[in-house]
Amino acid sequence: MTAKTDVRNYPGFIAITILCLVILYAPLLVVTAYSFNASASITIWEGLSVRWYIDVFTGPESAKFKSAAMNSFSIALMAATTATIIATCAATAMVRGGKFRGRTLSFGLISLPLMVPEIVTAVATLIFFNAIGFTRGYTTILAAHIAFCIPFAYLPISARMQGIEGTYEQAAQDLYATRAQAFRYILLPLMMPGIISGFLLAFIISLDDFIITNFVKGAGIETLPTAIFGSVKQGIKPNIMAISTMLLGVSVVMVTISYFVSKKDNTQ
Amino acid sequence: MAGGASPGGSATTDTYAGARNWLLMPAWLVLGILSLAPVAMMLVYSFLTKEFRGGVIWEFSLAAYDQFFFDRGLFGDEPPRIEWTYISIFWRSIWQAGLATLMSLLIGFPTAYFIATRPEKVRPIWVFLITIPYWVNLLIRTVSMKFLLRDNGPLNDFLMSTGLIGEPIHIINTNFAVQLGLFYSYLPFMVLPIYASVERYNFTLSEAAADLYASKWVTLRRILLPTVKPGVIAGCILVFVPSLGSFLAPDLLGGAKNFMIGSLIEEQFKGSAGNWPFGAAIAMVLLTMVLILLLLFARQQARADREAGQ
Repeated sequence: MTAKTDVRNYPGFIAITILCLVILYAPLLVVTAYSFNASASITIWEGLSVRWYIDVFTGPESAKFKSAAMNSFSIALMAATTATIIATCAATAMVRGGKFRGRTLSFGLISLPLMVPEIVTAVATLIFFNAIGFTRGYTTILAAHIAFCIPFAYLPISARMQGIEGTYEQAAQDLYATRAQAFRYILLPLMMPGIISGFLLAFIISLDDFIITNFVKGAGIETLPTAIFGSVKQGIKPNIMAISTMLLGVSVVMVTISYFVSKKDNTQ
Repeated sequence: MAGGASPGGSATTDTYAGARNWLLMPAWLVLGILSLAPVAMMLVYSFLTKEFRGGVIWEFSLAAYDQFFFDRGLFGDEPPRIEWTYISIFWRSIWQAGLATLMSLLIGFPTAYFIATRPEKVRPIWVFLITIPYWVNLLIRTVSMKFLLRDNGPLNDFLMSTGLIGEPIHIINTNFAVQLGLFYSYLPFMVLPIYASVERYNFTLSEAAADLYASKWVTLRRILLPTVKPGVIAGCILVFVPSLGSFLAPDLLGGAKNFMIGSLIEEQFKGSAGNWPFGAAIAMVLLTMVLILLLLFARQQARADREAGQ
């Protein structure tokens, strides 16, 4: 037994793993810590304070951040909801629709936003809206977000559906449930963890997007990432660290929920 | 791309085969209009004439590609020579993305291996720890990196307080800062596929090698690495591709001297200095490179699957 574990273990790998985690987390922890700095300078530490959090909500830039946050969250909510519905339908067809021609093609189309580099999607979407004469603004951001959220919602939903035996729905149909009833009362509840997880991931992806939004937003409208980017261009300020820490918190909470929702389900 | 596996699965049935087209219709429509059509339109725009205030004039022109590859002198009347400006930006991007990939591999492989050899119950927790940072806003992560690496930032403060260095090391606005930023942005993409491969690896092979007096490092190189190669290649692709077209890391960490493709493209769409057809052409060149890479990757994975099936 000891020989077996010995074969598996390489000296130094644990040190590298710890280094890996330090690299991944150190920048985030440092910014979180400095967001609670009482000083107006980002270099000198002057003790704990929530001053910059108050500044985000009441300071001179609060109106800008408030409208950016409203845009970000409303777009993320609508884009993630729409993408989740589209992805659920698509996953049902792909996983429960038997073998059909064009299936690989459909899968390719669904994963297209993941394969094309973000900057290319950004340019292409901008050009597209320009070509059809659509004025850039809130609607164009929303449309672009729906498109790139679809694969992120699709992957956990289809993964979940592949894990559900088809026999449940077949049993329901044997008991004279219609196809719609079998879907509504059997498949949908069983799929719920995957759907929730897909929705949350799509929501975060939309909330986080900078590059595509920056291209398709047009003048006069900001989301949180574009507002943060604009500020950072003039130098990192303490209020930006406070707002970043809050956004970071939202992402971590949502990913954690998504993790536990999908995990809870596996034990059933 | 993380779900590059085949769309089929174990519990695939045909319960809803009748409603298939209706169920797929929304995805086809939305992605057809908002993902596929835009790429086609971008191809068209790359062959149009530039409008000086941004946008295009609908007249066919090869000017964008010509500008990319050829130098015809200041007035455009000299015999064409190869234009190195843009090719060298591409070359620098490939180099930077390549180094970032190498750094990710050197850190990511041991990490993935370590996680995959933990007891089965704690593995998901390790994987979760590695994935959390990926879901944090890329912009915020890059800004955090910039904050950390500044000349008078926390990293230099820390190193100076330990006495390791006498004066701040200048990292920000160097090529190394960009590599570090890219490495940091996409490191989880390297760990996850390698982890998945090592988890499936049959450790009795290593034991057999050890019984035959192979040293650990020989076993790693000759037995383990060839077996988990598809995962390693997948990780490298997943880090290299987004690094190649990245905008934030070079823009925020590299400064003006360390221009990469992403910034070059972005510049063509900003204000009056822009040139939309040229921007579209650069994006097309980038997209073509990425698609060729993904195609080679898909063929390699298919071959690996066949070999594993035998």
